[in-house]
Amino acid sequence: MNALVNLAKLFKFNGGVHPPQHKQASTTQPIRVLQANLPLVLPLRQHVGNIPHLRVQVGEHVLKGQLLAEAEGGISAAIHAPTSGTITAIQDALIPHPSGLPDRCVTLQPDGLDEWTALTPIDWQHMEKRAVVASLRQSGIVGLGGAAFPTHIKLRSDGRSGIHTLVINAAECEPYITCDDMVMRERAADILRGIAITQHLLGAERCLIGIEDNKPEAAAALRAACHAADSSAQVIVVPTIYPSGDARRLIHVLTGLEIPSHQRSVDVGVQCFNVATVLAIYRYMSFGEPALSRIVTVTGNVARPGNFEVPLGMPVSALLEAAGGVLEDTSEFIMGGPMMGFSLPSPEVPVTKATNCIIASTPSLFPPAAPAMPCIRCARCADACPVSLQPQELYWFAKSDNFDKARDYKLFDCIECGCCSYVCPSNIPLVQYYRYAKSEIIAQDRAKEAANLARERNDFRLMRIEREKQERALKHAQKAAGAKAEASKIEPGKAEPSKAESGVQHAADPAVNVAASPASAQAEAAKKAAIAAAIARAKAQKAAQAAQNTAAVTPAVAAEMAAIDARRAEAAARAANINKDDVAEAAAATHVADQDSTTSPASAQTVSSVAPNSKEPS
Amino acid sequence: MSRSPYLSSAPSVSVIMLKVLLALLPGIAAYVWVYGGGILISLALASLTALLAEAAVLRLRQRPVLPFLMDGSAIVTAWLLALALPPLAPWWLVVVGTLFAIVVAKQLYGGLGYNPFNPAMIGYAALLISFPVLMTQWPSPLALAKVSLSFADQWHYIFTRSLPLNVPVDAISSATPLDYLKTQLVLQQSVSDIRNTPIFGWLGGRGSELVALATLLGGLYLLHQRIISWHIPLAFLATLTLLSAAFHLLAPELHASPQFHLFSGGAMLCAFFIATDPVSGPTTPLAKLVFAAGIGVLTYVIRVFGGYPDGIAFAVILMNICVPLLDAYTQPRVFGHEK
Repeated sequence: MNALVNLAKLFKFNGGVHPPQHKQASTTQPIRVLQANLPLVLPLRQHVGNIPHLRVQVGEHVLKGQLLAEAEGGISAAIHAPTSGTITAIQDALIPHPSGLPDRCVTLQPDGLDEWTALTPIDWQHMEKRAVVASLRQSGIVGLGGAAFPTHIKLRSDGRSGIHTLVINAAECEPYITCDDMVMRERAADILRGIAITQHLLGAERCLIGIEDNKPEAAAALRAACHAADSSAQVIVVPTIYPSGDARRLIHVLTGLEIPSHQRSVDVGVQCFNVATVLAIYRYMSFGEPALSRIVTVTGNVARPGNFEVPLGMPVSALLEAAGGVLEDTSEFIMGGPMMGFSLPSPEVPVTKATNCIIASTPSLFPPAAPAMPCIRCARCADACPVSLQPQELYWFAKSDNFDKARDYKLFDCIECGCCSYVCPSNIPLVQYYRYAKSEIIAQDRAKEAANLARERNDFRLMRIEREKQERALKHAQKAAGAKAEASKIEPGKAEPSKAESGVQHAADPAVNVAASPASAQAEAAKKAAIAAAIARAKAQKAAQAAQNTAAVTPAVAAEMAAIDARRAEAAARAANINKDDVAEAAAATHVADQDSTTSPASAQTVSSVAPNSKEPS
Repeated sequence: MSRSPYLSSAPSVSVIMLKVLLALLPGIAAYVWVYGGGILISLALASLTALLAEAAVLRLRQRPVLPFLMDGSAIVTAWLLALALPPLAPWWLVVVGTLFAIVVAKQLYGGLGYNPFNPAMIGYAALLISFPVLMTQWPSPLALAKVSLSFADQWHYIFTRSLPLNVPVDAISSATPLDYLKTQLVLQQSVSDIRNTPIFGWLGGRGSELVALATLLGGLYLLHQRIISWHIPLAFLATLTLLSAAFHLLAPELHASPQFHLFSGGAMLCAFFIATDPVSGPTTPLAKLVFAAGIGVLTYVIRVFGGYPDGIAFAVILMNICVPLLDAYTQPRVFGHEK
């Protein structure tokens, strides 16, 4: 067992579990390559990020490797034709997703010729790194460990420096899955070439390959390849414990570095790639070959479990057929491993870039969970949690919709690995509770944001309505006063538009037409009082309304609104100031009764700020 | 669609409870050896009462009855209470205590998983406050009794409170070593003189130390099976040892030795079976240590300075109150976060 000897010091994370491996069944035969002979269904969304932009039309003939949809926006990945053939449909179809919902897919009818488009290898050694990474953008390569994050993003330097370590994730910690294991056994030399390219692009000084000790053949193959290639990459065998294949956990085990919760591995100078991903990088660089296929483990209740190199888009049912067909009692199909996988909505869904394993399940293989019992706070989950969370507390908070507390207890650090549920004696589906709480919190945050926006808009609307009302009230007062003045004091002198220099004045135009007398000091005072009274009345009305409608407005907002109102009132008063004296006199007679006749704009503000107590003037 | 993980490794709650019951068997066997078969009657009475009470309340609360009866937690409570009571306690005392434990301390709080206090200790405390004389009337170990009762005699005594002719109550009962030590110390006797009386044995009380040893054995089985973690037993026993050793070294004639405190009364039962109740106990490792140390201190204080012969029940209940606080203030550092 020479392959299992380590020289490096390893680090431990809290908890973890040891589920039965069941990896032997699918490692007895070499990887079998499957040809595309059935219609391939290629979902546009096979990765984390934006949907790529479709570049083909129905009826178009495409060659193998031809771009079907190109990466769009920041985080996105391209889709290529896995074989030559004709695009027969672009429509919604079932995809392998836990939601069971259909999504936009391109259907490709293979012509059986498997005819390549012209491929251009990348001269990565001599080209500028930035240009090499940019070319990867249209390679369609995503993380093949299951997360399906576009690879070119992880290779971008983005002006940051100092990635010292490239970690290759070869842990493959989930039970049943062996696709990485088989790739390492069979294609170790190419993997090492991919590592050299990746390390070059990142400028990382060292490369650590983390592999669990349940894969001695793969570790030996990698070591031999390292030796043959004279590579400085270190194959480090780590103890088999789930979930050591989680990138943050693996980086910690290998380097002792703990990536801060709100940062990424690059922030501590480490970048992590799955072993199959670096192989894909090598094939793209050396041959110009984009992501067209992937290795998938087919195991469980099938006649001949094994690993297959599958063209993307091939239906899972064809894959099961290739594995000798499903046996009796098969009840469902799981994509991914038994710890984090999900049940497929149908065996007709296509293989995507994230499909690492298909398990034909039977009720005896994965018995339905026993009814959940109450939590007895045994804290086995806390002992098992690789993130050192307190799952029993999170469960309690999630169950009681106490989301603030759940957040306080670091709910969002949960990686949903399932260790807690795995060890729970009460059979509580803990992960589902956490997913529920996370989605509720995200939804609440969005709703809160939307509500804030809506409130701002509403506050503004109320302000506008009030302003309009106030202007109407003023106009009305002036009109009424004007009419009265006309009736009582029939003056021969007609309107003097001389003082109507302000444009604002046009709002009160009807009053201007009213007959006016020469201004006297007394009339001026009376006029001012009348206007102030009108303003105060409007304020009081607004206040009453505010008391009804915007009681929840914060004092700061109320003060701001009052200030705005005061300014507006001042402007209105200025405008009104140039009105005719008679208007004022009449207005005073009509309205002054219920307000102090010396009300100034400043005291109008006061009125509005004591809003809830003011009475509606009749 | 997603019910992952599809695998489960855990022993069910029932299996856990079953192992706890299994671990109590050595202690029970020692009990029978030392005090006679009367304890078996108490255990049966308590179990029956617990199951009936649990079923009745579950029905009233409109909860599924069978799954909760099968979880075994009611029987664990019943056994712990029965083992804490004097072995020949009258039948109704056992029934009343069990009813209080199951109905009030457990089900009224929401049943399994929701009780803030250890139900068995609440039942015990209720009885100790209500019937102090009966609760301190312990039978002498068979080896020490002037008259030894047969199983039939014990049965009669438990159900009818009548003894065979010519047997006075004094002949079958005596003070417990803890009780005797306390009263004799008040009478200015020295510890060494007191310990020379025949009711004392090699470690604690003659006979009862055997029960404590057997209980320790069962506790080690629980540790081995990972039903309990080491934190609570170790912290409790260590605290009790340190405190008693300190006082014993300062004034050996006034304070009993650590081994006496460890192997007397309910110390062993508390260390492995009572303080380790997960529902009413803390969950973080540090909180477990503080919790158990607290029980150790309170037990010693109540034993030595308090008015009760043993302090386990009150110590546990008092520390149960602190559990939410202890858990809240001892959250371990989450991966990727500063403390």
